[in-house]
Amino acid sequence: MKILVPVKRVVDPDKADQVTASSDGLTLNSEGLDWKPNPFDEYAVETALRLLEDRGTREMRGEVLVVSIGPGKATQQIRWCLAMGAHKGILVEAKDEELDSTLVAQILAKVVEKESPDLVIMGKQTVDGESNQVAQILAEILEWPQATFAGKIEAPPELDRATVTREVDGGNINVTVTFPAIISVDVRIVTSEGVQNNVSPPDKPYDEGPRYASLGGIMKAKKIPIETTTPAELGVDSTPFILTLSFSQPPQRKAGVILETVEELVLKLKEEAKVI
Amino acid sequence: MDNILVLAHILDGRVKKGTHSAVTFASGVADHLNCKYSILALGDDLSTQRDTLAALGAAKVLIGEAPGLGRALAERWAPIIEQVVKEGNYGMVVSPSSTTAKDVLPRLAYRLEAGMASDVIGVSFEGDTLRYTRPMYAGNINATMEIVTKKHVVTLRQTEFAPFVPVEEKSPVETISVPAPPEVLNRLTFESFDRSVSARPDLTEAKVVVSGGRGLKSAENFKIIEELADLLGGAVGATRAAVDSGFINNDFQVGQTGKIVAPDLYVAVGLSGAIQHVAGMKSSKVIVAINRDEDAPIFQVADYGIVADLFKAVPEMIKEIRKLED
Repeated sequence: MKILVPVKRVVDPDKADQVTASSDGLTLNSEGLDWKPNPFDEYAVETALRLLEDRGTREMRGEVLVVSIGPGKATQQIRWCLAMGAHKGILVEAKDEELDSTLVAQILAKVVEKESPDLVIMGKQTVDGESNQVAQILAEILEWPQATFAGKIEAPPELDRATVTREVDGGNINVTVTFPAIISVDVRIVTSEGVQNNVSPPDKPYDEGPRYASLGGIMKAKKIPIETTTPAELGVDSTPFILTLSFSQPPQRKAGVILETVEELVLKLKEEAKVI
Repeated sequence: MDNILVLAHILDGRVKKGTHSAVTFASGVADHLNCKYSILALGDDLSTQRDTLAALGAAKVLIGEAPGLGRALAERWAPIIEQVVKEGNYGMVVSPSSTTAKDVLPRLAYRLEAGMASDVIGVSFEGDTLRYTRPMYAGNINATMEIVTKKHVVTLRQTEFAPFVPVEEKSPVETISVPAPPEVLNRLTFESFDRSVSARPDLTEAKVVVSGGRGLKSAENFKIIEELADLLGGAVGATRAAVDSGFINNDFQVGQTGKIVAPDLYVAVGLSGAIQHVAGMKSSKVIVAINRDEDAPIFQVADYGIVADLFKAVPEMIKEIRKLED
C-alpha cells in the first residue's frame, strides 16, 4: 500500500497578517517569517500514517510518499514530514509564482503515473492561496473518485476502500470510495477519532493534532535521499490557466472602544449602531 | 463574451441566497459585456424551486432532474454541467462558494479546459477582459488575477455581492437531458447525509450571528450563546476550537476553513480572535467582543468590547435586551 501526500511550503499560517504587498503591488513580502508545511497537508501526512500503522504492533502496512512542488528550500518541509514518519520524498522544483492550481494538479498527475500510489491524501486547501481546487482537478485528470473535506475516515483492514465523512454545508455526507482515490482532508481529521483503520487497538487513541517528530525520526529523516525533478522532466507543459497581476492589502478594521458595562453596550448597539 | 451560466445553490429544498448573489454578479458582468445569463439547477425534483429561479431575470432557467442528483456528487455533476456549457456555448460558469461548488467546479473547469477563480470578491474590466479580485492569506492580501483560458469558472464569496432582487417578469424554464452517470461513479458509493438540523436562521444569511469559542468550556454552556442568538433572531456560530472540543457541530464553524459571514451584528463570545477565525467574520458591519482577556486579538477588530467573564456578561446582556423590548 502506497499513499502519496502532496505538501506545500507556506508562510507560518499564524503570521499571515504579517505578509505585505510590495509598493508596486507586483510581489509579496514575507521576509523574516518562518516557513512551514501547509497545515492541511501536515494533517494529510498524519492521516496517511494513521491509516497505515497498527498502533498495537507499531507495524507500518505500507509507505507514505511526500511530494512538494516549489523552490529548493521546500526540502525542509519534506524533511519535516519524513521526520513525522513518511518514507520517501520527492521535490518538483518550480517557482511558486509560475504555478496555478491546474499546473500543480497536472504535475501531481505525472507523479502519480510514475509512482502508482493506491491513494492520494492531501489538504483541502493551502492557507496562502486558499483556492481549494487541486485535489478535485487531480481526481478529474486521473478519472478517480474524490472525497473532499474529510473530517473522518474509516478503512477496513485490507485498505482497499474507505468510508469518508465529508464536512459540507448543512451537515456531513458519508461516501465510500474504492481505491485508487483522492481524499482531501479538513481540520477534524486530526482529532483523536478522525482516522479508524480497524487494525489499531481501540484502547490506544491518538492525541489531538498531527504528531511531533521524534529525535529518532529527525535523525532517520536526514538519511533519506530526496529525489529531485522538474515539471519539464515530468513532461508538463507549463502554460498557466491563471495569471496573478497584482497584490494589495485590504483596509484593516480599527479597534473600537472598550465599554465598562453591558448596559452601556446594549444602549450603544441600539442608539449608535442601530443593529438591535 | 459568450453567455454566462449561473449554477444555483439549493439546499434542503430551498434556493439559497448565495444564488441571488451570483445572479447579481452575472447580471453586472452581462451588462458590461453585452451578453446574457442563464441559471442551471440540478436535483432530484425541483418543482418547488422553479418559480423562485424564474424570477431572477435570466434569459432562461435550465432544470436537470434525475434520481440522486440532489446528492451533488462531483463525479456526477461535472459532466452534466459540461454538456450544458458546450451545447449552450457558455463562456463562464459562476456559483456561490458553497461546499458543493468547491467540490464540483474544479472538476468541471478541467473538463472545460478552463481556469478557475475561487472565492472572488470583486470584478473589474480592462476593455473586455475581466479581472477578478480574490482573498489570500486569511484575507490579509487581495490578489487581482486574469483567467487566460477561453472559458472561465468562478466561485463567489456571497457576502461581497448583494442578493439580486426578484423581478416580475418570468424567465422561460427548460428541462435539460441528463447524461448517464460516468464510469468513475462505480468506485464511489453515497452512504448517507447527516443533516445538522437548526430552527435558527442560516449562518450565512442571518443579520445577527452570535459565536462562541473555547471560553464557553462545554456544550452545556453553549446554551447561553443560543439564548442570546434566539433573542436577537440570529444564528449561532463557533470557532474551530469550540467545534473540535465538541461544543457544537462543524456546520457552525466560522472562519477561513468554515463559513464566511458578514452580518449586521457579530457578537464574539469567549473567543480570542485567531487569524483564521477573523478571516471568516471581519466583513461584519458591527463586531462586539466579550472576553475576559483584555489582550485578546479579537478586541483589535471589535467595534465594542467588554472585558469581563462571559458567564456574567452574556446573561446580563440578555437581561438588558429584554428590558429594551418591554
